[in-house]
Amino acid sequence: MMSTQSYVKILNEWDIVAARQVGRNVAKELGFGTVDQARITTTISELARNIYLYAGQGEICIEKLWDNGRTGLRIIAEDKGPGISDIRRVMEDGYTTSGGLGAGLPGVKRLMDEFDIDSEVGVGTKITTIKWIR
Amino acid sequence: MTKREYLEKDYRDALSKYLAEQTEQALYLGQKISKSAMESDISPEEIISIHQNALKQIFPELSKDEMHALDFLLEVMLEYGVAFRELQSLRHQQRELKSEMEIATNVQQTLLGTNIPVIDNLDIGAISVPAKHMSGDYFHFVEDEHKRVAVAIADIIGKGIPAALCMSMIKYAMDSLPENRTSPASVLESINRVVEQNVDSSMFITMFYGLYDPSNHIFTYASAGHEPGFFYDYQENEFKELTARGLLLGVDKRTMYKQYERKIEVGDMIILLSDGVTECRTNEGFIERDTLVELIQDSIHLDAQSIVNNLYKKLEKMQHFQLRDDFTLIIIRRKF
Repeated sequence: MMSTQSYVKILNEWDIVAARQVGRNVAKELGFGTVDQARITTTISELARNIYLYAGQGEICIEKLWDNGRTGLRIIAEDKGPGISDIRRVMEDGYTTSGGLGAGLPGVKRLMDEFDIDSEVGVGTKITTIKWIR
Repeated sequence: MTKREYLEKDYRDALSKYLAEQTEQALYLGQKISKSAMESDISPEEIISIHQNALKQIFPELSKDEMHALDFLLEVMLEYGVAFRELQSLRHQQRELKSEMEIATNVQQTLLGTNIPVIDNLDIGAISVPAKHMSGDYFHFVEDEHKRVAVAIADIIGKGIPAALCMSMIKYAMDSLPENRTSPASVLESINRVVEQNVDSSMFITMFYGLYDPSNHIFTYASAGHEPGFFYDYQENEFKELTARGLLLGVDKRTMYKQYERKIEVGDMIILLSDGVTECRTNEGFIERDTLVELIQDSIHLDAQSIVNNLYKKLEKMQHFQLRDDFTLIIIRRKF
């Protein structure tokens, strides 16, 4: 598996837009269609917003991936925030959306092809998600 | 061709047709496409993209601005797409819960199954309908070797699953009563001790227990705070309250219950109910006990089972077919 990476630090709300822009450019370069481009940028938005709202600061890493003839885009969102105590709960449908928090993590999971989350209370959260070109 | 490609083609054809003739028929095609798109799990943002592609093919000279506007729309619709998928998944979960609930309901029905005793000179009717799937009402008949009929009716305050779980306990407590313990007051005293030990103090249970002896036609009964029933005096053609005083179950383990007796003459009736009957809420507020009596009066010439069925039907209608509480009604009439 090969990859090239770009990083965006998330410190304030404008960085969310910057991360979206990087994601959009990379998705276009890789040849994703418009619907998938929108899915990728929405995912980046959600993950970056979570960092901005709950962790204060963190980082979004966007990578191009080539694996066994497939081309994909990987997003890694990492922060050293408070962490999530009950991951099952935040992955439940209807948990975040009812509070007006947008797509939420289950939404992100559905927009993308692969999704993984690691979180420890007091240490931070790392979310890794991949979209492959169909 | 994939489902999506078929849909793209149908969409393009239907759109072209509509652009050419603006007929209702073309619009109807559009509706059919939206149905089949939903069946194939095509989300709203994909429809925008399909629309955009169709436009590109029909009007190759379409301006950049118009395409950009659709790109913008697609972005805006994405969140709706996420909500659409979430809804699908929630719907699936709901179906699962529903079938789990149906199984639990069947388990409860089996657990609580009771046969209405057939006694020559008694006419007995009973109906029990849960407000939700599972009932917090309990009623049970037991016939002993002396042909005496015991009737128990209990109501757990609250409804649904918590009430149903609590009620299973009452059922087991009743089943494990010593055989010689049949006097209503002592039955309530036993059950009260079980409830006091096993139930959360926020749960309230009321219960009525009666014993009908056909050899002398004396009905002995006791009540633990249960909704008072009625006694129908056939000679006087009059309904009276079947008053009995007693503390709710589970409040104090040393509670003693007072026992009452009533002589039942030919044609007299004992009417027992849960508060789901008296707390029927109609447009005019709670139903009055007088109204209940009138409704019973209307079908008094019928057999006991028909009376309870008719009363349930009328009350169900008065509440616009929405039961707010579990509903249980029992009538025992002396035939001769």
